[in-house]
Amino acid sequence: MIRVEGIYKSFKDAEILKGIDFLFEEGKTNLIIGKSGAGKTVLLKILVGLIKPTKGHVWYDDDDLCSMNKHELITLRMQVGMLFQGNALFDSMTIEENIRFPLDMFTKKTLKEKRTRVNFCLERVNLEGINNKYPSEISGGMQKRVGIARSIVLKPKYLFADEPNSGLDPKTAIRIDELLSSITKDNNITTIINTHDMNSVMEIGDNICFLNEGKLEWKGNKSEVLESPNETLQEFIFASPFLQRLKENALKNLESEK
Amino acid sequence: MIFRKPENWSMYYKETIRQMYDIGIGSLMIIFVVNIFIGAVTAVQFTYQLSGTFIPKYYIGYIVRDMAIIELAVTFTSIILAGKVGSNMASEIGGMRQKEHIDAMEIMGVNTSSYLVMPKITAALIVIPILVSLAALVSIVGGYIATIYSGSFSHEEFIQGLRSFFKPQNVKMMYVKAFVFSYILTSIACYQGYFVKGGSIELGHASTRAVVFGIIVILMADYFLAVILTG
Repeated sequence: MIRVEGIYKSFKDAEILKGIDFLFEEGKTNLIIGKSGAGKTVLLKILVGLIKPTKGHVWYDDDDLCSMNKHELITLRMQVGMLFQGNALFDSMTIEENIRFPLDMFTKKTLKEKRTRVNFCLERVNLEGINNKYPSEISGGMQKRVGIARSIVLKPKYLFADEPNSGLDPKTAIRIDELLSSITKDNNITTIINTHDMNSVMEIGDNICFLNEGKLEWKGNKSEVLESPNETLQEFIFASPFLQRLKENALKNLESEK
Repeated sequence: MIFRKPENWSMYYKETIRQMYDIGIGSLMIIFVVNIFIGAVTAVQFTYQLSGTFIPKYYIGYIVRDMAIIELAVTFTSIILAGKVGSNMASEIGGMRQKEHIDAMEIMGVNTSSYLVMPKITAALIVIPILVSLAALVSIVGGYIATIYSGSFSHEEFIQGLRSFFKPQNVKMMYVKAFVFSYILTSIACYQGYFVKGGSIELGHASTRAVVFGIIVILMADYFLAVILTG
């Protein structure tokens, strides 16, 4: 469980986050959604400790991230996995070396044990047999899955993903969502995904935090999204003309059925 | 932060070896070519300037040797490496910053300032003094070839010059300078790369700053070391 309490963040004169309070629950896929510039990425970077908030607290269970010293932060980060928007795979390393990197750095396992774990993670993301390829030799969707494999190799307690579906076709995006959701459920971890993909919201949004202009505008889950009277949320969800038409047709059908 | 205890010695060791290879083997050719000509030009110029004077010819060997050891080999090599290795290091680390590789490592719990910088500084401190020694040797050979084969004077005269007035203190001075310049050029390059912000244009600027600042600080340090070590 991760809880944020009164998070404010400013860059020079611009106030990006204006007092966010939210509980990211364990064993659920927690989504941070909102328009571009709403402060999603800043909030995610604060959650993982890459940026310090101007004010407020981030609680990992009972430990406050903002008051941790360097050693405590490193210990916490051993329990954190993160999938970056651009994957952040090391170009000069093979896929196996990329996934093995955290194991090489932090464990005293033998090479055989590390390889077994790497192969397990690759199987988990349905990418067997690409150990010796380089990131540039595989597709964007595969790179995302390698990123997921690397982020789970140390069996994290907390998993973060920054726009995991960006740049992917809808089918691949759905596979990535399913993968993140199943990893969350299977391992009972706290997963926090930063997205503006409506498919993700409707399919895997167990706990949703909707940001608008740096404020928490709405919170709920996927089954509550459509019924919410919050106009800003509805505008955000039905922003595309295609979805608007679908909604209007659905409402017409409902009225005609009545 | 840079010199904290590594998370895993073997990872740091592997990275240091990789850097030693890049700095050392990767720079051999340019160091050889530049220094052979520096030695040759020094010899030719001094032969010209001393001709018609009462200074014995064998002094050319002595001048070439001491100029190479005290100043030219170490300073030119460091300036060349500030350009070649410094810009490479700044681009490598800066590129990692822009592609979020550094953030990814931070989140894994890696002390990135240490993992990315310490092996580079360590490798430079080991390899650059070796390169400087080779540069001094090549420079003297360059001076020898230029003067002997042009018929300016004999092999014996040049060797006599090389053996004259030798002070071991000068070799010590060369190594002190080599260590100091190695630290300067790598630390400036790593700093510029690590704290780069923005896109590819800013990365280019950081790389340029690494070279320009590196060269300026090396030359300033050269002056102060010369004053201190010869005082």
